[in-house]
Amino acid sequence: MSSIELPLPNQDIVARRSEIVRDLTEICGADAVIFDEDGRRAFETDALTAYRRMPLAVVLPSSTEAVSEVLRYAKANGIRVVPRGAGTSLCGGALPLEDAIVIGVSKMNRVLEIDFHNRFARVEAGITNLAISGAVAPEGFFYAPDPSSQLACTLAGNLAMNSGGAHCLKYGVTTNNVLGVKMVTMDGEIVEIGGAHLDAEGYDLLALIVGSEGQFGIITEATVRILRAAEGARPMMIGFESSAKAGICVARIIGSGIIPVAIEFMDRPAIEVCEAFAKAGYPTNVDALLIIEVEGSEQEIADRLAYIASIAHELNPLALVVSGSEEQSAKIWKGRKSAFGAIGRISDYYCMDGTIPLAHLPHVLDQIAEICRTYGLRVANIFHAGDGNLHPLVMYDANKPGETEKAEAAGAEILKLCVSVGGCLTGEHGVGIEKRDLMRAQFTDDDMAVQLRIKSVFDPDWLLNFGKVFPLDVIEAAMARTARSADQVDPAEAA
Amino acid sequence: MNDIMRPATEWELKSMMMALAERGISVEILGAGSKRGVGRPVMAPVALTTGAMRGISLYEPAELVMSARAGTPLSQIEVELASRGQMLPFEPIDLGPALGTDAGLQTIGAVFAANLSGSRRISGGAARDYLLGVRAVNGHGEIFKSGGRVMKNVTGYDVARGLAGSWGTLAVLSEVTFKVLPLPDDVLTLVYPDLTDDLAVELMSLAMTQPYEVSGTVHLSPTLVKRLKHKGLAKETRSLTALRLENFTRSITYRKQKLRDVLSAYGAPLELELESSLEFWSEVRRLSFFPANGTHLWRISTTPSMAASLVSSVRRHMKVEPFYDWSGGLIWLETPASADAGSADIRRAVATHGGHATLIRADEAVRRTVEVFQPLGPAVDRITRGIKHAFDPMRLLNPGRMYATM
Repeated sequence: MSSIELPLPNQDIVARRSEIVRDLTEICGADAVIFDEDGRRAFETDALTAYRRMPLAVVLPSSTEAVSEVLRYAKANGIRVVPRGAGTSLCGGALPLEDAIVIGVSKMNRVLEIDFHNRFARVEAGITNLAISGAVAPEGFFYAPDPSSQLACTLAGNLAMNSGGAHCLKYGVTTNNVLGVKMVTMDGEIVEIGGAHLDAEGYDLLALIVGSEGQFGIITEATVRILRAAEGARPMMIGFESSAKAGICVARIIGSGIIPVAIEFMDRPAIEVCEAFAKAGYPTNVDALLIIEVEGSEQEIADRLAYIASIAHELNPLALVVSGSEEQSAKIWKGRKSAFGAIGRISDYYCMDGTIPLAHLPHVLDQIAEICRTYGLRVANIFHAGDGNLHPLVMYDANKPGETEKAEAAGAEILKLCVSVGGCLTGEHGVGIEKRDLMRAQFTDDDMAVQLRIKSVFDPDWLLNFGKVFPLDVIEAAMARTARSADQVDPAEAA
Repeated sequence: MNDIMRPATEWELKSMMMALAERGISVEILGAGSKRGVGRPVMAPVALTTGAMRGISLYEPAELVMSARAGTPLSQIEVELASRGQMLPFEPIDLGPALGTDAGLQTIGAVFAANLSGSRRISGGAARDYLLGVRAVNGHGEIFKSGGRVMKNVTGYDVARGLAGSWGTLAVLSEVTFKVLPLPDDVLTLVYPDLTDDLAVELMSLAMTQPYEVSGTVHLSPTLVKRLKHKGLAKETRSLTALRLENFTRSITYRKQKLRDVLSAYGAPLELELESSLEFWSEVRRLSFFPANGTHLWRISTTPSMAASLVSSVRRHMKVEPFYDWSGGLIWLETPASADAGSADIRRAVATHGGHATLIRADEAVRRTVEVFQPLGPAVDRITRGIKHAFDPMRLLNPGRMYATM
């Protein structure tokens, strides 16, 4: 894939590479700097593997202070920086630039404090998502956001992208589960925002920082909310002959006053691939499958599942199976959570992440099928039905000339479709480079101007994660405006 | 105040803001004006209310989403939600009675502008957590939107949520879109009498570490209990600690018993059934036990385990009446009338215990002389000034309301 334009590297910076590597080594020590070609190659892409750029150098600092020193150095030398967690971004959020230092936080992965009484955990941001839950699980607690990549992805990346997961219908996404952060700004300043208490003082800076895709600073520590897990949880599977019926079923469940922990939807191609991979016992005679999970005591689970089943029965489901054991529950979820990997085994795919109002589901699925037919591509759909987050997986063959471009074009049409029915471009993966050029489909120039001015507060020179989130011309125009206004008034003075 | 502008549409709002921006005239931003007494006094020659921009523009119960123009009365929204068996999950607090105005006046825009959350915040999240999208006009006179009507949306920066709690100092909201949830089938409250503040916090925190989804934990001092109008608790003179369960009746019956067992060391609780529970929590939501009686009222956020110690360290300097919400994570503190509202002692106690404090009720002279909102550290202060400048470079919107020079 190559249709997304990447910024041209600043050749002056590239030419100074060995000097920069030497300086970084002096700042952080040799074992924290990766500069040889083989070493750097491991960082040249993220989970949007079609795009690759060899970074100028990679630094893996072990402390907030080291991050601060590297950023101070980069700022003083006008060198761009690409923050990186585990590199699992599906939108190119961690894609390096040839003139940029990659700062990876993966070495900062310690649990610093766990307080069950006050229900928070303070951790270094390079910890993996699952390790947070792992650290508190012995006491029956968990950290709620659960992206499919949770085994690998870091909290730092979750914070940058405001990650969600299958269970956020009940528990919310990252921004709803973070109480405080320690962040290093591009100036190298270490800022603490919020803390262990609820609701930070002053403006809701946490809201702005979470989901800013690494463009406001590098978060090195965070205080997150931990929750006591329910006594138990169990999924059921309900299969229908059409996505329309599945959509009605979801609407009726929610309309009836029950909010399950998760409501997941798979269409026939997704069911077939996932079943072949996970042997989860998914019904294969249906066009639409719902996986619905509820929580509580044995009795509560039984009551709720029976209630949901009674709603489903009015719609004559083709299959209705309640998980009978922990093993089966695990398989049902394994199948769903490994959907991307399972499809990846049979084809290259391009994963979209739009969100739509639920009522539009049948129409949107028909249109997605039509769009992909036009391009001669197959598609499988995974959908967080409870909150409208749709993951069409457009399948293509990267070895066939022109097919990757077709997949990208189909993906863009699908996302515009999501926006046109009242949804958005991305529900949990982020914009990155992938959806950067589609931002105009959702936002006016004024909408983007408001966002860009906030970026300028944190990083007026656009050194942090340059070339992402906004179209390149919009970024360049904003930089020119900032430079002009800096000539006229210094904002700090004016305030 | 000479003049109150009343735009009826977002476009009129924009035109008015552009006119003000052209002439550099600052403006006090109001919804219903019920929280006008919160914050430092705004020095602006004109005021603007969103009160004429009202109406629910979208309501999809099956998608748990509603949009309303900013000036829509909260009461209208709650009636509409209740008619479909739904609610605002964050249970917005009503400051009216505490500020000496009627209850039920505030607008939905103001609820989000002030990020007002009630007791359910401890389990369900804050107002800002349910805010999905906004339309607004900033100090440049630009209309902008952020977020949208869908539950999951990470497209661009989260400006919508960033406006929550900015008290009209960054932009004038014209429309808000928010997530709603079903009303619980049944409610039951366990009320433990006569616990000290320390024990009450311990009890509440222990309850929150159980898997029974307690959705409200509050503790009232004996003086505040005596002020309750609740019929069933009228004779109570002891401190009361209340735990709320909201669910299907069968679940509540089961969970109640489990909780009573786990918490048996704290004594035998009273039980408030559905109607009685609703009455109690409605009183809590209106802070009716903090009538505008000439005293000051502070709102302090801290970690629960610090709460009782924080209150007792303030108590060494003055007579206080505490109401603990959020297991002690939120303290509403009534303090005696004084020139600085007890600011010096309270700020010192907060500094040593962690958290932040806001002076909610004080007359204008006091609010002009002491910091009403928590003073910011240098780094956060610098960022905050930058954000203000990004939205409102001429300082037209509610100048000085949160911080003197912003």
